[in-house]
Amino acid sequence: MDLRFGDSKPTDEERAAVDALLGPPESSWEGADRSDADLRWARGGRAARDRRDLLLPGLHALNDRVGWISEGGLDYLCRRLTVPPSEAYGVATFYAMFSVRPRPATVLHVCTDLACAAAGAPKLCEAVETRLGPESGVKVERSPCLGLCERAPAALVVRAGEDAARATAGGGTPRATAVSAPATPDAVVRAALAPENAPEEPAAAVAVPQAPDPDLLLLGRVGTVDPAGLDDYRAHGGYTALRRAFALGPAGVIREVTDSGLLGRGGAAFPTGRKWQATASQPDHPHYLVCNADESEPGTFKDRVLMEGDPYALVEAMTIAAYATGARHGYLYLRGEYPRALERMGHAIAQARARGLLGDDILGQGFSFDIEIRRGAGAYICGEETALFNSIEGYRGEPRSKPPFPVEKGLFGRPTVANNVETLVNVLPVLTLGAQAYAAIGTGASTGPKLFCVSGSVDRPGIYELPFGATLGELLELAGVRDGLRAVLLGGAAGGFVRPDELDIPLTFEGTRAAGATLGSGVVMALDDTVPLPRLLLRIAEFFRDESCGQCVPCRVGTVRQEEALHRIAERTGADAAADITLLREVGRAMRDASICGLGQTAWNAVESAIDRLGAYE
Amino acid sequence: MTVTPLGIPRRLLEFTLDGEPVRAPEGSTILDACRAAGKDIPTLCEGDTLTPKNACRVCVVEVEGSRTLVPACSRKAEAGMEVRTGSERARHSRKVVLELLASSVDLSTTPRVAEWLKEYEAKPDRFGPDAARVNEEPRVDNDLYVRDYGKCILCYKCVDACGDQWQNSFAISVAGRGFDARIAVEHDAPLTDSACVYCGNCIEVCPTGALSFKSEFDMRAAGTWDESRQTRTTTVCAYCGVGCNLTLHVQDNEIVKVTSPHDNPVTHGNLCIKGRFGYQHVQSRD
Repeated sequence: MDLRFGDSKPTDEERAAVDALLGPPESSWEGADRSDADLRWARGGRAARDRRDLLLPGLHALNDRVGWISEGGLDYLCRRLTVPPSEAYGVATFYAMFSVRPRPATVLHVCTDLACAAAGAPKLCEAVETRLGPESGVKVERSPCLGLCERAPAALVVRAGEDAARATAGGGTPRATAVSAPATPDAVVRAALAPENAPEEPAAAVAVPQAPDPDLLLLGRVGTVDPAGLDDYRAHGGYTALRRAFALGPAGVIREVTDSGLLGRGGAAFPTGRKWQATASQPDHPHYLVCNADESEPGTFKDRVLMEGDPYALVEAMTIAAYATGARHGYLYLRGEYPRALERMGHAIAQARARGLLGDDILGQGFSFDIEIRRGAGAYICGEETALFNSIEGYRGEPRSKPPFPVEKGLFGRPTVANNVETLVNVLPVLTLGAQAYAAIGTGASTGPKLFCVSGSVDRPGIYELPFGATLGELLELAGVRDGLRAVLLGGAAGGFVRPDELDIPLTFEGTRAAGATLGSGVVMALDDTVPLPRLLLRIAEFFRDESCGQCVPCRVGTVRQEEALHRIAERTGADAAADITLLREVGRAMRDASICGLGQTAWNAVESAIDRLGAYE
Repeated sequence: MTVTPLGIPRRLLEFTLDGEPVRAPEGSTILDACRAAGKDIPTLCEGDTLTPKNACRVCVVEVEGSRTLVPACSRKAEAGMEVRTGSERARHSRKVVLELLASSVDLSTTPRVAEWLKEYEAKPDRFGPDAARVNEEPRVDNDLYVRDYGKCILCYKCVDACGDQWQNSFAISVAGRGFDARIAVEHDAPLTDSACVYCGNCIEVCPTGALSFKSEFDMRAAGTWDESRQTRTTTVCAYCGVGCNLTLHVQDNEIVKVTSPHDNPVTHGNLCIKGRFGYQHVQSRD
C-alpha cells in the first residue's frame, strides 16, 4: 500500500505511548531514524497491515497518555500499522471518549442519562460546570449512561498521564480514574482535581441488595468471594463447571446448553445452544469467541457488577464457550467507561494465565485458549455485535448488514460466537446443575435465573437475581418501590414504558412480549412524578441522535427529526401535539422497518410506548 | 483483443416477485431481478461499478418472513423468496427516506430524485423550517474539483472508490458520527494536504453532484451549465499505452467534463488525473 503520511511529528510522549504498545519501530518505514538498510528494503506491508486491529488500542494509548489525539501522534500510529491516516482519523472521530482537538488532560464525564437525570444530574452538572471553569484544567462533558444507576447521580473522572510505575520513577503524573457516585458537587470537584486521592469506590456487592446469598446462581459469589483471588474463587466452587465441560466434551457442552433452554441475555434472546452449534459446525477456521461487555444500554449495569464482583466466573465461562465452539482466541470487548471492571478482569485473566487456566494445555486437557481485553471508547453502537467486530478490527464501529451472520462470517471474517457477559455466566450453573435442573428454573420458554437492573424511584436500587416468571410487581416490592410511581421503563432506552397498573406482567421473554413490552437487557427503571415525562422522552431521543453511527439514512436523519419533533411538543398536549405525533409515528415506522441495525430499529420504541401506554402529550 | 469473460453458467433460482414467478441467476441481487423484470426501484448508494454499502435504504423491499424490510441492492435472491416491491410498507419507508434526505441536504443536482419525490408523494417540508440541514459551504481548495458537502448523502461510494474497491489511495473516509458524520481527509485538512491523487474517480460515482468538476461547479454558479447543449464524444486517452476510454462532455466547443464509460473493460469508469483533468491543451488556441 502506497500510503501518504503527513509531515507532522509525534511528541516524545506520543512516540513513547505508541512504542509501549507496539514495541520500538524496526525501520524508518515505521518511523525510526533512517539507516542504510532502509534504502535496500522496505518492511511493513502485509505483516503490518495484519495488525490493523491494534489501531483502537493505539488510539487509547495516545489518549491515555496525553488526553487527546494529535496529528503527529495519529500519523505516527498510522505509520507503525500501515493504516491510511484518513481511515484512522475516521476511527478516532467515531468514539466519544477520544478528541482530535487539544483538551485538558482531565476529563470529567457527568452522567445526564435517565436514572441520573431523575436523581438531580442537571443541577449537579450546572454546579460542577460553574466551579470547574476553563482555568481548572478539567474538561466537563455531559455523558450518556455510565452504568452506575444504582448510585445515581454518577460522574467519572479520567486523567491522562503516564502509567503509574513509570510516573513514580520519573516524576510525571500517572493516569488515573475515579468514580464519584452518588455524586455531590463537592465530591465531584475534589475527584476531578485529584483523581488519585479520590475515595475508594464501594464494593461491587453494594450494588447487590440480595448479597450475601450463596443460593443465588449468578450473584452468589458477589460479595463473598475476593474478586482478586483465584484460590478463593476455586474454594467457592470455581472451575467445577470447566471440569464438567471437559468431561462432557465440546458436543456434550453444546447439548447441555441447548437442552437448558438458555436464551441470550443481551437483549435479543437468541438461543445460546443454537448459536454455539452453528459456530462449532463451521468448517472455516479459526473460530473466535467474543464476549460483549460493552454494556451501554441506559439503565443497565449488571455486567459491570458481575465483572467487578466475580471476574473469574467470566473467565471460566469464556473458556467453556471457547472449548465448546472450537475457538482458540477470545476477545472481551469491555466498555471504556468501566475502569474498575477493566482492572479486575485484567487481573483475573493474568492470574488465570499464570496458573495454567488460560493459555496452552488448560488443566492438562490439551485445549488452548486465551483472552484478550479490548476496551471500547464511548460508542453505544459497538454493543451491536457486528459493529463490535468492526471496532475490534480497527474500523469504524458501524454495523454490517446481515446476512452473513456472525456464526458464519464474524470477527476477521471468521465464524464467531458473540455472547453477552450474563449469558456466558449462566453457562456455569447449566453445567454444574445439569441442563434439566437448570431448565426447571423459570418458565418453560424462559429458563434459568435473570438479572434485573433496578434503578430510579426505589429504596434499594441494584441488581436483583430472580428466576424468570416473577412479576414486575414482586421485583419492585423487593426493591422497595416508593410512592407516586408514574411508570416503569422496561428494557432501557430501546425498551418501553409500562403503567403502574400493569405490575402483574410476568418478567419473562414471552410474558413481556405478550404485554407488548420487552425485557431487553433487564432494565427496570421506576419513575415517579418528579421528572416530567416529556423531558425524559427528549433525553431518550437525544441519546439515540448522539449514538447513531450515521451509516443509514433512516437512523441518521430520523433520530434528528424525532428529537426536533419532541422538542416542539415538550410543552404541548392534545390537538397541539397531534401533527407532530403523526410525524413521529411515520418516521418511527420507517426507522423500525428500514434501518440497518437494532439501534435504528428500536430507537423509537420507548417514545412510542409512552404515547400509546402512558398517554404522554394527551 | 478484449476478451469478455462469460464465467461459469449459473443456476437459475425461482422466486416470486410481486406475485409473479421470476427466475434469476444464482448470486444476483433482488435489485438485479427487479431490473430484469422491468421494475424501477429507486437507488442512490448503489452503483454499477461498486459493491453497494446499502446505506441509503431507498431501495428497500418487503420479503416474506423478514422482520424488517431488506435492501434490494445487496440482498441476494434466494429460491422460494416472496418479494413485494410495491407494498404499502416498502413505499412508506422509501417515502420517508426521501423526505429525510431532501429535508437535510440539497438534492437539486441528484438525477431522478424529483421524479421519485413526486411518485412517492414525499413532502420534505413537513419537518418545518427549523429542521436541521447539513449546512456547509462548498469546499473549493483546488483547481480540479469541488466538494459541496451540502449535497452529500453519505452514500460511501466515493470512499469505496478511493479505497480498496478501485483507487487504493485511501485519501478519504467517513469522520465523525451520526448526523455530524462527514466525508473527510485526515485531520479534515484541505484536499491539497491529503493523499488525494486527483483521479476524480470519486466524482464519477457521486450520485448527488456533491463532488463535481470545478468547471461544472463554476458554470452552474454562473448559470451557464446546460446539459442539453452538451455533446458526448467517447475517444481513447492519448497519454499512455493503457488505452482508457474517455468521454468528453463538450459545451460550446469547450470540454467541460471528462468521464469514462462504466462498461469499458479497461477503466470500469475509472481514470487517472491525466485522463480526467488533463485536457486543457486540447482547447489551447494560441
